[in-house]
Amino acid sequence: MRPLTEDETKTFFEKLSKYIGENIRLLIDRPDGTYCFRLHKDRVYYVSEHIMKRAANVSRENLVSMGTCFGKFTKTGKFRLHITALDFLAPYAKYKIWVKPGAEQTFLYGNHVLKSGLGRITESTNQYQGVVVYSMSDIPLGFGVAAKSTQECRRTDPMSIVCFHQADIGEYIRGEDTLT
Amino acid sequence: MGRKRPDPSEAQKKGPGRKARKQKPPQMPRQLLQQDSGSKILSSRQKQRLAKRMQKAVNKGAAKAAQKKVPVTLGLSQGQKRPRSGSVSDSDEWNSDIEEEEEEDEEEEEDSEEEDDVEEEEEEEEEDEDGEEEDEEEEEDEDEEDDDDEDEDPASGFTDENKSWLRLAGKKKKLDLDDESSDDDMPADEFLDDEDGSEGEEDEDDSDNSDSSDDDGDDDDGEEQEEDEALLPIEKAAKKLKKKQQREEKLGEEELRTNIAEAETFVLPSGQEIEKESVQPPDLTMIHMRIKENMAVLADFNNKRKDERPRKEYVQLLQKDLCLYYSYNEYLMEKIMQLFPLAEVIEFLEACEVDRPVTIRTNTLKTRRRDLAQALINRGVNLDPVGKWSKVGLVVYDSAVPIGATPEYLAGHYILQGAASFLPVMALAPQEKEKVLDMCSAPGGKTTYIAQLMKNTGMLFANDVNKDRVKAIVGNLHRLGVTNTVVSCHDGRHFPKVIGGFDRVLLDAPCTGTGVISKDPSIKTNKDDADIKRHAHLQKELILAAIDSCDAKSTSGGYIVYCTCSVMIEENEWVVDYALKKRNVKLVPTGLDFGKEGFTKFREYRLHPTLKLTRRFYPHTHNMEGFFVAKLKKFSNAIPGQEPKAKEGEENSETTAKTTSEPSTEPPKSSASPQKSPTQPTSPSNKSKKKRFFFKNKKSGKSPDLPKAKTFKGQQKPSPGKRRKVKQSPGNKKKQKKE
Repeated sequence: MRPLTEDETKTFFEKLSKYIGENIRLLIDRPDGTYCFRLHKDRVYYVSEHIMKRAANVSRENLVSMGTCFGKFTKTGKFRLHITALDFLAPYAKYKIWVKPGAEQTFLYGNHVLKSGLGRITESTNQYQGVVVYSMSDIPLGFGVAAKSTQECRRTDPMSIVCFHQADIGEYIRGEDTLT
Repeated sequence: MGRKRPDPSEAQKKGPGRKARKQKPPQMPRQLLQQDSGSKILSSRQKQRLAKRMQKAVNKGAAKAAQKKVPVTLGLSQGQKRPRSGSVSDSDEWNSDIEEEEEEDEEEEEDSEEEDDVEEEEEEEEEDEDGEEEDEEEEEDEDEEDDDDEDEDPASGFTDENKSWLRLAGKKKKLDLDDESSDDDMPADEFLDDEDGSEGEEDEDDSDNSDSSDDDGDDDDGEEQEEDEALLPIEKAAKKLKKKQQREEKLGEEELRTNIAEAETFVLPSGQEIEKESVQPPDLTMIHMRIKENMAVLADFNNKRKDERPRKEYVQLLQKDLCLYYSYNEYLMEKIMQLFPLAEVIEFLEACEVDRPVTIRTNTLKTRRRDLAQALINRGVNLDPVGKWSKVGLVVYDSAVPIGATPEYLAGHYILQGAASFLPVMALAPQEKEKVLDMCSAPGGKTTYIAQLMKNTGMLFANDVNKDRVKAIVGNLHRLGVTNTVVSCHDGRHFPKVIGGFDRVLLDAPCTGTGVISKDPSIKTNKDDADIKRHAHLQKELILAAIDSCDAKSTSGGYIVYCTCSVMIEENEWVVDYALKKRNVKLVPTGLDFGKEGFTKFREYRLHPTLKLTRRFYPHTHNMEGFFVAKLKKFSNAIPGQEPKAKEGEENSETTAKTTSEPSTEPPKSSASPQKSPTQPTSPSNKSKKKRFFFKNKKSGKSPDLPKAKTFKGQQKPSPGKRRKVKQSPGNKKKQKKE
């Protein structure tokens, strides 16, 4: 367990800002205590400093997780957000799309969001903008990348993809092993 | 009273009758029509009887005899009606009084009219059958306006025949609305009995009864029909089928009984019979019968035993039969039979055959139970709150969707968790901003419950020894949005070395799982003595580690909750009892207001009296998994066995202080500790002697209260050497070094 290096911080924040923009600041400056990002076994954990210090008692091999896991660095040095970060992405997300109840299930199985399943989309979403996917009852279901801008979405045909799937809460069942 | 003159009513009756025939409403409900046709047939008979009754009517005595039947129908009709309005019952009685008064007044009139009535009615019958319904409908409207009058009106306003009809019709008409849903047979029957008395008296003097009795004749014949007609054909069929099944079941059982030679008195099978049986494939029905009879004998052994055979033989046979019937191994069955009284054994075994209801726990970090229930109901899930004792639990009866894969589940709004698993956490009662340890936490159900009670504040350590199962903890924690948790993968026995000073510790120890046989039937056959002892040993080590991790000086806590999903004494009470002796802890009430008290004595063993503060939960009594929950409070961080070595002067004074402050826990401890230590060194290596090690020291328990510190000093010394090698608790190392 160690703090992120300069490069890692840069890659990580770049990734994160695609979804929540400058709201990253809110994650770090919290009124209820100091929170920090820590790297442990290639994974980035977001955890209260108090808990982090106590967790330092546990040896590296035996420490499995602490606080919330945001994602992991790949072997090539890129950062990949995990679905576990959703709890912190969803409240601060700048761009959102809502899927219709019928399309919920297909998204939760790891499929992209098609135009036919698109319920709503935030105005002025750009292409390749990171978006958080909600159900129509405002339950966050996952996140992805807008395949088309809002304008294009209006004109496109129903079977075309409007949002590329990146992570969905179905992964809690499908990929429990890969989360840690 | 004025309204009830007979004359106008009769006049009225004719009118609507004709009208009705003209109108012939096509939308008449089917059942009414059916009834109608039935009554038509009846009415032809009725006419014949009417003639007879006419003659009888002259002879009042004969009439009275016939009248006795009246109440039956009346009762029936009223009874059927009864469930609809609560006030009717009162009004009926009231009605009867009034009628009696009326009767006196009207007797003279009616006597004269009676003959006319009958004649007229013969004519009217056919007309009325159509018309009556119209009548009834009209009457109904009035009736609904004022219920009290309703019952008066028909009594005097119409002949008795009509009265009975009216009531029936009223019932029927209402029935039409909700016929499918309502099944009124049972209440009707009840009321039938109730009404007999009161109605009977009243009607005896009723001069109209010649007529009404006619009806009754019919009704008696067709009583069942009438009831049935109120039902749908499907319901009728179902009823018939049920009756038939019951009859067949009864027959089958009787048949079986006659097949068995020892029908009257149960005789133990001879050796030959047993031999024969062992060759043949087991006949389960026979065995079942034998179990039943054997139980009956054992329940009243002095009177029912045969040939002075000892009880042991009966019990052995029962045990063997139970093993065969429920497919347990002998050892486990013996344990279970020791644990429960005989009648309860069967209940327990039966309860283990059926699944417990699926329960879910609301994640209050993300949603509220009401919202969750609504969302799930919208998905076609049939659920209910789990009980008054939990504000977060829901029982799922059936579901149109897989309950473990709904979007709500994935979004972490709830978790699937057995009802029994709520209990240890409720007993632990973690407070906000505390430091809590869950020692054996996979798959994280209880851990997340703790976190949600702490409202994601403070700090929670979730530990489990199994690397694969730890992943489940991480998944569940993240899914439910728990952020205050550190997950580690240590052996719980070594945990005090890693980190200590927790306010509360939950130890859900690994166990044989004899409480969750319904979940995993393989437990029935693959658990034996060695398993239980191995688990008990591990549990003892774990509970000591848990106690050592806890901080007695904590302002808010210092509590340890020990729980298992086993019902065995060896894994529960004995482990806690062991901890009571080994550490400075005492039992405190769990805060759970249900469940059975833990054992304080079991067979030849005598346990610490405060063990009755622990709680046991059984599948057959609480409809949840078998569970054991004990809550301990640590009152000193000193470890009794190690104090002399570590820091002698201080500790000794501390222990004496303890004894004064906690008198309740001390006496048994002091009495038990002297003997235990000698046996202790052998215990880890020699499992067969464990029983003695556990507690056979009942007699020796009375041994004089030696000065405690001394005994510990003197006798504990040898034990740590062997023991701690296995355990490696922090203090021991020191000790070993010193040695």
